[in-house]
Amino acid sequence: MSATDTPVRTQGSADAERRLGVKENPVSRVGAMIVMGVFTVYFLMPIWWLLVSATKDRAQFTSTAPLWFADFSLWTNISNLLNYGDGIFVKWMVNSALYTVGGAFFGTILAAMCGYALGKYPFRGRETIFNVVLGGVLVPATALALPLFLLFSTVSLTNTFWSVFLPSLVSPFGVYLARIYAAASVPDELLEAARLDGSGEVRTFFTVSVRLMLPALVTVFLFQFVAIWNNFFLPLIMLRDESTFPVTLGLYTWTTQVNQIPELSGLVLVGALLSIIPLIVIFLLLQRFWRNGLGAGSVK
Amino acid sequence: MTTNPLTQEVSSGRPPASRRRSSPHKRAIAVFVLPFGVLFSLFYAIPVGYAVWQSLLKVEREGTFGVAREVFGGFSQYEQVFSNAPFWNSVGRVLTFGAVQVPVMLGLALIFALLLDSPLVKGKKFFRLAFFVPYAVPGVVAAIMWGFLYSPNLSPFKAVTENVAFLSADLVLWAIANVVTWVYVGYNMLIIYSSLLAIPTEIYEAARLDGAGQLRIAWSVKIPLVMPAILLTTVFSIIGTLQLLAEPQVFRSFSSAVTSSYTPNLTIYSTSSIPNFSLAAAFSVVLAVATFILSFTFLKVTQRKGNK
Repeated sequence: MSATDTPVRTQGSADAERRLGVKENPVSRVGAMIVMGVFTVYFLMPIWWLLVSATKDRAQFTSTAPLWFADFSLWTNISNLLNYGDGIFVKWMVNSALYTVGGAFFGTILAAMCGYALGKYPFRGRETIFNVVLGGVLVPATALALPLFLLFSTVSLTNTFWSVFLPSLVSPFGVYLARIYAAASVPDELLEAARLDGSGEVRTFFTVSVRLMLPALVTVFLFQFVAIWNNFFLPLIMLRDESTFPVTLGLYTWTTQVNQIPELSGLVLVGALLSIIPLIVIFLLLQRFWRNGLGAGSVK
Repeated sequence: MTTNPLTQEVSSGRPPASRRRSSPHKRAIAVFVLPFGVLFSLFYAIPVGYAVWQSLLKVEREGTFGVAREVFGGFSQYEQVFSNAPFWNSVGRVLTFGAVQVPVMLGLALIFALLLDSPLVKGKKFFRLAFFVPYAVPGVVAAIMWGFLYSPNLSPFKAVTENVAFLSADLVLWAIANVVTWVYVGYNMLIIYSSLLAIPTEIYEAARLDGAGQLRIAWSVKIPLVMPAILLTTVFSIIGTLQLLAEPQVFRSFSSAVTSSYTPNLTIYSTSSIPNFSLAAAFSVVLAVATFILSFTFLKVTQRKGNK
């Protein structure tokens, strides 16, 4: 919260240093840059390797230098991947997009509405509801996977899109963030003014309050997006039919088959590369939100 | 939603705090709270209750080949849980894992956040992004990538992997720890870094004029101020460690040292695919309670220390 509604320093204490004219020890400078450089290699090398490997054919994968390009077969590899098993990989990517974008979008709206009501309206049972939701934050998602499977099987809905999609809509942490942010960023006076103008409470929420809460809502959306994208246990336990898999579960099943079908090892790598591109693009696009908004959860 | 003009009157200004029993915007509140409330009940509250109920059942058969039916079994599943050595071994394994991996990961995250916030580092934007990128890689995909990198047959770094058996029984736990660290350091770094950015600059200026060096400022000023963020990331990491599943599950394809009861969640998964749902539910309940107690205790202990 603090980071989004107060002016934020972007350069750390560097500005202050310049103003004060204090010089840092050059040895510390060099040391700090070496540490950052070494870890940049650590964090980026595996992704670089994945990118390079995806451009090689199977023979060159093991016979050429691992961190540099050989003959460029990326397009062949991608078309092999997309055509394998009647285009099942494309299906998985589409499923992942539906699970994550749909789940995060509607999940954020639901959490925003609930958090807004808890933050802006005093009503009986408000604290009880909030405490129950907070308890939900501490319930690990994986602890829910098995009972959810049992419940869905009583209504014969396992192995369907909905069995993974519906539970993804619930974000207790989102309600928590939305409540704090609504209480801090939506002034009571504004709601009063809207009432005097004859606007209903629900309409005021969607036309006025949502805009004021936007930075927090983007944060909730990102948290939900990543949580659903990474969710593995629920699809693993719910889904049997390959055509309903998200891409993570699909790549996992291919990995388990690499020993029987060696050609899958190449496809797994190209698929892994394609599967991380959407998330990297979203992170880049929404950079200014996560950069400052991720600290939101740590403010009491 | 239209509201009654009479109730609008009442709501103007701050609501009187005394004996206020109901709100004038009942319908609006219901519209806001119910959708989430219904889904929360269906997919959070009821499953938790159902897991507890299922864990109290047991399967009974008439004779060896009779029809199986579920009857109330009291705490018989829990007796099995508490006498199940592989399960408790797996709990011990993830605790060992957490005792090493969480401090290493958060220590690195803290160091990077402090370096990014100090005047020592140039190119902050680049480093911030570079360190955060692994977080965009889902746990499963990260485990697949590192699985290849570790593997003696498939690795591009055969010179290393032929000499160090990363996937052997001795090392595979730490090989997994490296994957988790790789994914989450940047994320934790950002949480700590954004709470560093919220500290007013004047505080450092005063310390700087008093002649304090960067190390001194970091230790005595910055770290105490970002303690809440560090605690939050610690609790999330503890929860995450006890729930380890995706990475070890993927590593089963690369290493035979990762058994079907390697972590508590793998035990739950393999028990439920037997299928023995009641025992699996009892495992789930015990694990959730243990997670809750551990993170709650941690918060309480550290809060008490902070208040002194």
